[in-house]
Amino acid sequence: MAFAGRTAMWWARLRSPCLCATPLCVLPRLPPGSAACERLYSSRGKEKLDMSTYPVENIRNFSIIAHVDHGKSTLADRLLEITGTIAKTAHNKQVLDKLQVERERGITVKAQSASLFYNHEGINYLLNLIDTPGHVDFSYEVSRSLSACQGVILVVDANEGIQAQTVANFYLAFEAQLAVIPVINKIDLKHADPERVEKQIEKLFDIPIDECVRISAKQGTNVEKVLQKIIEKIPPPQCNTADPLKALVFDSTFDHYRGVIANIALFGGEIQKGHKIVSAHTKKRYEVNEVGILTPNEQPTHKLYAGQVGYVIAGMKEVTEAQIGDTLFLYKQPVEPLPGFKSAKPMVFAGMYPVDQTEYNNLKSALEKLTLNDSSVTIHRDSSLALGAGWRLGFLGLLHMEVFNQRLEQEYNMSVILTAPTVPYKAILSSAKLIKEYGKAEITIINPAQFPDKISVSEYLEPTVLGTIVTPQEYIGKIIVLCQDRRAVQKDMLYIDEQRVMLKYLFPLNEIVLDFYDALKSLSSGYASFDYEDAGYQAADLIKMDILLNGNPVEELATIIHSDKAYATGKLLCERLKDAIPRQLFEIAIQAAIGKRIIARETLKAYRKNVVAKCYGGDITRRMKLLKRQAEGKKLMRKIGNVEVPRDAFIRVLKREPDK
Amino acid sequence: WPYCRKRCSYCNFNTYVVPAVDEAAVRACLVREARTLLRLSQVKSITSVFFGGGTPSLATPGTIAAVLEAVAEAAHLPAGAEVTLEANPSSTTTQRLAGFKAAGVNRLSIGVQSLDDVELRLLGREHTAAEAQAAVEAARGLFPGRTSMDLLFGLPRQSLHAWTQGLEAALRLCDDHISLYQLTLERGTVLAAQVWGGALPAPPQDLLADMYQAARAMLVAAGFRHYEVSNFARKGALSTHNLSYWRAEQYIGVGPGAHGRFVPQGEGDCSREARVQMLEPIAWMRAVQSQGHGTGKRVMLSPLEQLEEVLALGLRTDEGITHERWGRFSPHLSLEAVFGAAGQGLQQQQGWMVLDSGGLRCTERGLAVLDSLLPDLLCRLQRA
Repeated sequence: MAFAGRTAMWWARLRSPCLCATPLCVLPRLPPGSAACERLYSSRGKEKLDMSTYPVENIRNFSIIAHVDHGKSTLADRLLEITGTIAKTAHNKQVLDKLQVERERGITVKAQSASLFYNHEGINYLLNLIDTPGHVDFSYEVSRSLSACQGVILVVDANEGIQAQTVANFYLAFEAQLAVIPVINKIDLKHADPERVEKQIEKLFDIPIDECVRISAKQGTNVEKVLQKIIEKIPPPQCNTADPLKALVFDSTFDHYRGVIANIALFGGEIQKGHKIVSAHTKKRYEVNEVGILTPNEQPTHKLYAGQVGYVIAGMKEVTEAQIGDTLFLYKQPVEPLPGFKSAKPMVFAGMYPVDQTEYNNLKSALEKLTLNDSSVTIHRDSSLALGAGWRLGFLGLLHMEVFNQRLEQEYNMSVILTAPTVPYKAILSSAKLIKEYGKAEITIINPAQFPDKISVSEYLEPTVLGTIVTPQEYIGKIIVLCQDRRAVQKDMLYIDEQRVMLKYLFPLNEIVLDFYDALKSLSSGYASFDYEDAGYQAADLIKMDILLNGNPVEELATIIHSDKAYATGKLLCERLKDAIPRQLFEIAIQAAIGKRIIARETLKAYRKNVVAKCYGGDITRRMKLLKRQAEGKKLMRKIGNVEVPRDAFIRVLKREPDK
Repeated sequence: WPYCRKRCSYCNFNTYVVPAVDEAAVRACLVREARTLLRLSQVKSITSVFFGGGTPSLATPGTIAAVLEAVAEAAHLPAGAEVTLEANPSSTTTQRLAGFKAAGVNRLSIGVQSLDDVELRLLGREHTAAEAQAAVEAARGLFPGRTSMDLLFGLPRQSLHAWTQGLEAALRLCDDHISLYQLTLERGTVLAAQVWGGALPAPPQDLLADMYQAARAMLVAAGFRHYEVSNFARKGALSTHNLSYWRAEQYIGVGPGAHGRFVPQGEGDCSREARVQMLEPIAWMRAVQSQGHGTGKRVMLSPLEQLEEVLALGLRTDEGITHERWGRFSPHLSLEAVFGAAGQGLQQQQGWMVLDSGGLRCTERGLAVLDSLLPDLLCRLQRA
């Protein structure tokens, strides 16, 4: 893991400076665990809707995709207002973003859905908006949402133009063969340049200029036209109510009173209360308690029909029972399951420990509750000599890790110790003994402590991502240097207009995981954007670097690192440790080592004099108090060999110092 | 005596600078409190008396005499008992010193601090190097073999050379006892504020160690015994009074902010107490006038706490903690039982401590880092 100057631990900063401008909460702070069931606005009443009045041909299922802060949530708010789904007030901001952290950060973390009713040329249409998260970490959520859609609205900021995430999202939609409606937003801004953006869209996505809709979601300009385009351009779902039930689970939430609420898209048949349904994945049988649509709060209906999108509650007790991508069908009427999509794959792992071991059980229960609503977090029990009992958690990315940590703090009032994040490396084992032990030749390493020795490994592999960078051309030079420094290989470079360039690089994941985004933003004055997608594994010259104190390894500082980066990182860690460990009675050698080879060393000199000068009658009481406090402190020290290290020293070393 | 004419820049003692002191009232209270506490302790014989402060040499010899008389009335005060007075070079004319001698003082401890005028100004001292020199010479004339001087080292910007030069001058001047204190920056003092605020440099750790080592070598070469962390004596001129602190003997503190450790047998108690007299002189006087003493705080010391003090204080001396003394405080657990492991373990290997038939004590190297050794020793003691 590359630490050099960019190790990260607490994630208090917002990653994107523009996010700060988003107004805070209109929602009062939610009590713990209730985020999914509390609603701001009243539902349409208790009376159940009859959904049979919306035949397949009058249904449109769509998502809005956009680069972060290009106005996706604002457009969603307007669509909800125009269709009367929510009351029109000045307070409708990020209506679909229900989590406190989403509103504070101005991002969408969890996909939400809403059914809109719209009359166009005398026909009542049912438009299902499936909102998508706006950050690369959550792109799996985007592809999950898209699987229930036939079309997307691609929102591009008229001022900023196409950004890295615009590109990534477009290709997700394009590969899913969805209709794409380009919408140029924020035309009310002074520096808006919709012509330029239209040209970019034509050049990059091959969409004719006249298909773009220019809008101001904030002011409501032309939003009506977007609705018309949805009806004209997006095909209705291809399915039939007469077919047997075939429902795709594309999301799920957990409600403390009602259990799992599964969001479903019906690709055939119908579903209603009392139906016996089966999960294709688990083969478990359930009885449907309630079906309905989301407006965006749950609105029960008599039935749901083919082509419609809604929710089902069927006595599932755990979110894992509603596996995302699973197909539900009627008992004794099995269907060919829908192709499930890639499930969430953790890209970043970190150890999580309670600050105080007495908090272990509280943290455990908080983690259990939080992971109920975020099944993309993987969790394994782990323990560390220094930090006690804890867990190793897998996250989709750093933002995901930050958001998760922030939710733990905000919704469960827990503060935790996070160890340095690491990416999932792999090793192809060559030792027959180890292969037998693991039961396979290829193993994934999520904890440096488990890094197998080179002798028993034929090849190490590291995860890579294909990164897209969109930048004004004046920063290209610096960005290329940055990418090379991160061991990236250039794959493509394209001018998307006279000023803007799109670069594609293959990055080792560990090189971007910690602070690449920050580095990119700072050297481009915030103008370059970045997005990435999984690009598989590549062979890499990986080594495990140990940090030794007087020859004894410090378990929590062991890192897996590319051999090219070992020296610089080792040196930095040693320097930081020297500052973090207090002087002791003997000299302390702080070393970075690869196997038996020492690659960096700092020396912490021994105390030569440490004795108080005056200790007479009047000094004794104070003196004894201090000594006893030191003796108490000694018991809390982590001992590595004979070296005593304050508990917080390692965290201080790993933590990125704001001034360094 | 809690009063000073001026506060020094490094000092955070309980001292007061007031325009006029009602000496008669203070004297009466000192006398009364001494009587009360001596009765309380049921002590039969006094081995030493120490007038500290503050600046006790600002008091008149009459006050010193009155207190000594009170002590002698309440308990046996042998003719040879050590009676020390702390004196400032700015209040020690030969005439005044003779007055103190006549009052019963037989040992003088002079706060020279430095023999360099620039350093003295930095320390906020009232006197010059020449005055200090004159004071020591006058004292030696009256108290031959029983005059001590204090010096400070590790001042901001002080070099090793300047320190050894100063110490050489001091060796030419001094009698048979000398105390060398590394400057401690105390919270709330002018000097500490200057150093922590960056106006003055903090002396580097290694330089302080060098200064200490060099000083020790010079004094040992001059025939001094390094008998405590900061104290040196030759010809047996050790301070009996201060040794009694480090040997954890009983002592009674009289006067504002004075500390004591004794068993108040007069109240029928049998365990050692830590007592602190009220800090503020006016409040203290009122208390003494109304109840005979101005004890502000008294805490019973548990056997473990007593042993902790025996350990932390005893190890400051070159004799360390004898088996006999340890046994007095810890009849059931011997030094070997508690520290045997330490003796055979790390600390002896490293040459910091010795445990043998003489008891437990620090080596020369160990003494310099005693405060780093003690927390671990206290942990062992608590576990034992």
